[in-house]
Amino acid sequence: MALTLDDMNKIAHLARVGLSDDEKNRYTESLNNILGLINELQAVNTSGIEPLAHALEVTQPLRADVVTEHNQRDAYQAIAPAVQDGLYLVPKVME
Amino acid sequence: MLHTYTLAALRDGLARGDFSSRELTQHFLNRIQQYDSELNSFITVCADNALAQAQIADLARANGSAHALAGIPLAQKDIFCTQGVKTSCGSKMLDNFISPYNAHVISQCESAGLVMLGKTNMDEFAMGSSNESSFYGAVKNPWDLTKVPGGSSGGSAAAVAARLAPAATGTDTGGSIRQPAALCNLTGLKPTYGRVSRWGMIAYASSLDQAGPMTQTAEDAALLLNVMAGHDAKDSTSIDKDVPDYTVTLNNDLKGLRIGIPKQYFGEGLDADVATVIQQSLKELEKLGAILVEVDLPNTGLSVPAYYVIAPAEASSNLSRFDGARFGYRCDNPKDLTDLYKRSRGEGFGSEVKRRIMIGTYALSAGYYDAYYLQAQKVRRLVQQDFVKAFEQCDVIAGPTSPSVAFGFGEKNTDPVAMYLSDIYTIATNLAGLPAMSIPAGFSKNLPVGLQLVGNYWQEAQLLNVAHRYQQVTAWHSQLPFQFA
Repeated sequence: MALTLDDMNKIAHLARVGLSDDEKNRYTESLNNILGLINELQAVNTSGIEPLAHALEVTQPLRADVVTEHNQRDAYQAIAPAVQDGLYLVPKVME
Repeated sequence: MLHTYTLAALRDGLARGDFSSRELTQHFLNRIQQYDSELNSFITVCADNALAQAQIADLARANGSAHALAGIPLAQKDIFCTQGVKTSCGSKMLDNFISPYNAHVISQCESAGLVMLGKTNMDEFAMGSSNESSFYGAVKNPWDLTKVPGGSSGGSAAAVAARLAPAATGTDTGGSIRQPAALCNLTGLKPTYGRVSRWGMIAYASSLDQAGPMTQTAEDAALLLNVMAGHDAKDSTSIDKDVPDYTVTLNNDLKGLRIGIPKQYFGEGLDADVATVIQQSLKELEKLGAILVEVDLPNTGLSVPAYYVIAPAEASSNLSRFDGARFGYRCDNPKDLTDLYKRSRGEGFGSEVKRRIMIGTYALSAGYYDAYYLQAQKVRRLVQQDFVKAFEQCDVIAGPTSPSVAFGFGEKNTDPVAMYLSDIYTIATNLAGLPAMSIPAGFSKNLPVGLQLVGNYWQEAQLLNVAHRYQQVTAWHSQLPFQFA
C-alpha cells in the first residue's frame, strides 16, 4: 500500500502543513519506509484484545462546576501576532 | 571542584556554609560560558535570573527558612514552559515564544529553591533520538564531540555530562531521558505515567510523555524526583497518590531481589561489546544478592511499530495548536486562513516533525484508523500484558538501554527507520506506562554504556534502591570526560 503523490497531497491538506514539491517527493520515500515498519502490525492476531489507550485503570477526575480560574487574556495576548479589542486577528476566511 | 559535586554534596556544602548559592551559580554560569560553544547544550542561559534566584536562596538560608536543596543550580529542558523566559521546544515554531506561565515542574523546582541556569537544547518537539533535529543545531556528546549525545533530551544530558549543571530535567516519550543518559554516562529516570504533572510541558504524545530527573547518581535522582513528583489538579492524567521520600529506601538490602532478564533483549541488533558490559553489570547485581531469572517479553519487536503509529498520531493532534493564529511563528503575508495555517506550519516545523505529523494524520484518517491506530492500541495491550506476566516472576527487569553506544552525526538520520529501531529497549515501557531508569554500567570503545532497570507500576523507590546499591560498588557514574574535568 505505497503512498502516492496524491495521497501525500491529501494528508498534507488534512494536516494543514504546506509542503514543497521537493519535500513531498522526499517524504514519500521515508513515509513509505515507515509504513513498511508499521505494517508489521497487520500480521498480529488481535482478535478479542481491547485497545489500550491509557496504561493505568483510571477515570476522568471530576470537580465542582464553579469558576476557579481568573481572566488572563491580556497576558496571553501579549505574545500574539495580531490582536484587536481582545480578539485574535487572522486573514479573511471567506470572501 | 564544585562542578563534580553531586546534588547531595552541594546540599551539604550549602548547609555548612562552605560556599554560597551565588558562588555556586556563578561557577556553573562561568563553565557554560567557557564550554558550551563546543557542546551547544543550552538554547537560553538565564544568567541574571539565576543569580537573582541564588540571592533569594542565600537570604532564605541565612534566616533559616530554606528548603534543603535551595540554591542548587539546575538545567531545565526547553520543553517546560517558563514564565517570562523563551520556551522553544527546539523549534522555529516557538523561537519567538515567551511563555506566559510556568509548567508545574518548574513551579515545583522554584518552590524548592532550585536555581534555573537555563533551558537546554533538544530534538524538535521531543521527536528524535540524537538531538540532530533541533532548530538550534545539534548537541555534541561531551565524551566524543563527533558523536551524538542521544535524544530528545540531548542538551540536558550533555550539560550534566560535562558538568555545566549538576543535574537537569528531561522528558521521556519513547526513551528520551534514558537513552541520552546511557549515551552520556548519566542516571536518568522515567517515572510511572502520571507520577509527574505534564501541565506546561509541551505535549508530544499525551499518553506516553513523562518528565524525570537526569543526574550524576541515583541518590540525586531520588532528591530531584522528590521535588518533581506529585499530584497536580491542572493535569487530569496526573495521579493523586502520595509521593514517598525516595531517599529513605535507597540503602535497602538487595538480597533475594529477583531481576528478570528478557530473552528478547540479548538477540540480534545488540552490539556484542555492549552486551558484554551489561552481562558484567548483572554479575555485580548478583554479588549484591540479586537472583537473575529469565523472563519472556514476546511482543518486544512489535513495540517499535506500535509506538510509531501511536506517538505520531497523538502528536498530529497535539501539534495542531501551532497554527500561526495565537502565538508562535506566523508566516509573512498570509493570503487567507488556509495559507496562514499551511505556510506557518510548513515553514515553522522541521522535517522530522512534519514526517511524524503526516504519519499520524494518515494513521488516524478515515479508512485507516482501524487498521493502524486501533490495531496499534491493541498491540499496546499485548505489550503491557507481557510486562504484567513477567513481573509475576521478578521484581525488576534489567537489560541494555540502547543497542549501541553513541553513534556519529549523520549516521542514522538519513533513514528514519534506522533511528527508530535504536529505541527497541526503551519504547515498550512508555507504551506500558512503567517506570524505568538508565544507569552507567561501563564503557565500550571509550563511550558510555547504560544499564536499564524497569520497575512495576509506582516502584520508583525500588528502582532507585537497586541503582544506588549498584553505584556503591561501582564507580562508572563518577567518571566524566577529562576535557571537562
